[in-house]
Amino acid sequence: MKFARPETLYDTPTHYCSGCGHGVAHRLVAQAIDDLGIRERVIGTAPVGCAVLMYDYFNCDIIECSHGRSPAAATGIKRCLPDRIVFTYQGDGDLAAIGTAETIHTANRGENITVIFINNAIYGMTGGQMAPTTMLGQTSTTTPDGRDVKLQGPPIKVCELLSSLDGVTYLERVAVSTPRDVIRAGQAIKKAFQYQIDGKGFSLVEVLSMCPTDWKLTPAKAVDFVNNEMKSVFPPGVYKDAG
Amino acid sequence: MNSTTEKLFIKGNEVMCEAAVRAGCGFFAGYPITPQNEVPEYMSWRLPEAGGVFLQAESEIAAINMLFGAAATGTRCMTSSSSPGISLKQEGISYIAGAELPCVIANIQRGGPGLGNIRGAQGDYFQATKGGGHGDYRLIVLAPATCQELWQLTMNAFDYADYYRNPVLILGDGILGQMTEPVKPIPYKPIVELPEKDWILNGCKGRKPRVIRTLFLHPSDALTQHNQHLQEKYQKIHQELKLVEQVNTEDAKLVVTAYGSTARIAKGAIQMARRKGMKVGLIRPIALWPFPDQAYLSALGTAKKILVCEMSQGQMIEDVRLACQCKCPVEFFGYGGGWYPTPEKIFDRIQAVYEE
Amino acid sequence: MIKPINDNEIKIIIAGFGGQGVVLAGNVIAKAAMLEDKNVTLMVSYGAEMRGGTANSTVVISHTEVASPYVEIPDIAVILNRPSLDRFEPVMATGGILVLNTSLVNRSVKRSDLKAAAIEATDIARQLGAIRSANMVALGALAEATGLLKPDSLIQTVRDMFEEKKPQFVEINIRALRAGMEAVHV
Repeated sequence: MKFARPETLYDTPTHYCSGCGHGVAHRLVAQAIDDLGIRERVIGTAPVGCAVLMYDYFNCDIIECSHGRSPAAATGIKRCLPDRIVFTYQGDGDLAAIGTAETIHTANRGENITVIFINNAIYGMTGGQMAPTTMLGQTSTTTPDGRDVKLQGPPIKVCELLSSLDGVTYLERVAVSTPRDVIRAGQAIKKAFQYQIDGKGFSLVEVLSMCPTDWKLTPAKAVDFVNNEMKSVFPPGVYKDAG
Repeated sequence: MNSTTEKLFIKGNEVMCEAAVRAGCGFFAGYPITPQNEVPEYMSWRLPEAGGVFLQAESEIAAINMLFGAAATGTRCMTSSSSPGISLKQEGISYIAGAELPCVIANIQRGGPGLGNIRGAQGDYFQATKGGGHGDYRLIVLAPATCQELWQLTMNAFDYADYYRNPVLILGDGILGQMTEPVKPIPYKPIVELPEKDWILNGCKGRKPRVIRTLFLHPSDALTQHNQHLQEKYQKIHQELKLVEQVNTEDAKLVVTAYGSTARIAKGAIQMARRKGMKVGLIRPIALWPFPDQAYLSALGTAKKILVCEMSQGQMIEDVRLACQCKCPVEFFGYGGGWYPTPEKIFDRIQAVYEE
Repeated sequence: MIKPINDNEIKIIIAGFGGQGVVLAGNVIAKAAMLEDKNVTLMVSYGAEMRGGTANSTVVISHTEVASPYVEIPDIAVILNRPSLDRFEPVMATGGILVLNTSLVNRSVKRSDLKAAAIEATDIARQLGAIRSANMVALGALAEATGLLKPDSLIQTVRDMFEEKKPQFVEINIRALRAGMEAVHV
């Protein structure tokens, strides 16, 4: 494998903070698109959140959607152009808070799209507020004393939640916090796109990702946080594979 | 076959669907709400039959965002709802307007505010014509008064949407949506020369990737430029689209003005007045935005008064007053909440205002 | 024959309980009027009103463009049950016409200005072996009593409406229309 910039990424620096997981996730998505030779067939959706500017980085057609509605927009695109490859790229607030209904119903319809779900347990772009996936005890700017199960309930586990839906084809949770995790994540993302190419239906890959800035940790400590804290609440693994 | 048997006898809601399909609508997403339920029901079988896509969305919000995606592919697309559902769609409509995507949205208005009731009403005029969602944008708003006109304006709506790259709202009401009357199924023919859609997303094969977005973060003045561009487009639409019907305004001392179903009913009242020798005319805006200001100014040559009739507590009256530039008194007759005018009721008010 | 007072624009309401076919009856009247090249609109009660109580459809037939499809003051009412008479008798136009299904309306008309045509629509339909055709019996009575529509237009309309999808209902509905025309008392 040659180590070069995938064609699906522009040669441009990103706005992401040092130690942020978005850069790795972008690269994995771009690599999968390159490997499958589908760049000219791809239409991606940008979320509201830190990845909103992904249209500046991805060398393919992109539509920037309103907060949480990417799966609906992706549905519209895919139904009109069934032979194109459509993916959404969404954060935890986008996918599991404001867009929960769209997520669940798009998954349940078995829309033949690929969802890349970046779970960093915090609202990044707005400055570190509680996310639906913020863990119990985790502090945020809106849970200064830590998330309290009595006040905010426990974090939502998206893969577990969606695994009960018969319409879903493939669910896997991965991380980008160790080289081994990155390799596994790349394989999962590629598989999710392959399933779409094969017309197998709805796939979602949940990526546990670092947010050192809003976690108020160094990049190295943020990696430890994913490995030591997040993986125990959100265990990586395949939650469904009906492909 | 004679001309009568060629006519269709279908409900307003279904007239809109059939016209949309014949105008090449290829995608519909919607959510059930009375009094427009016949729209998703009809589209659910008719659109697939014509090779299009029908989706019953999980919510009004999802429906409008499905349109956001469908429109981005260049597919002619449509959604419909009734007042509370249209409120839910407003965020998405703002994005569609900001991204300059063509689509057709129908509001078969019912009584409000809140859940209101399911009778026809015209309480959404402000929402329809003044933006509705956030940001500086405009929808082209068409207000058909009869099923025949609904047929034609639905077809035209797709052309306006594509021509101007702007969402078009068909503002109907429960009376129009629920009534059935004979309609001559005039075949679809584009009313403007349609531009090539060189902005659509369909994969970047053989071209540079395209981006459809509404975010203009950097450089700092890009959003101002985008807004300026939108305003220039709206100016152009304002100059080009003058859709209005005038009946007996040449010598009218009193001009009645109304839109949609109310205008249809007002026509009956004006005929009653004319039979009694009263010089009464009607101005019926067919487009509510852009509003046909000029028609009012020119009527002021003879008209001493304007009477605005609406199935609301008075919304269009504000645009009528602006159009008249305070040059004559503007009276109002109407109620909200599902009250229906009749020709007799409007005639009574005409008589009272005329004699004052 | 009892002629409607205002024959330029005639407002008709067909009222009964759900299942009596008021929607179909409204459609038949409207389409028959269309056959006769008249302007016509049809509106059917919808929503909450559909469930329980009376259902109704309103037809406006006019020589000029119909002003309002919504009828507040009917000129003619086809009354298929007692609650419908209670509801619509008070709002009828002065001198209006009632076509009463006397099988299910067990009181007489109170207003002296109204004219009534009586038809035992449900009993007649039952004798024909098709109780659900009571609406067509009533329409036959309406046509015969008022001259509003030509019998041939109604018959042709029923034929057009059923021939393709439910041909088994063509003949029975036509028989019901004819039975209504014959049996109506003015």
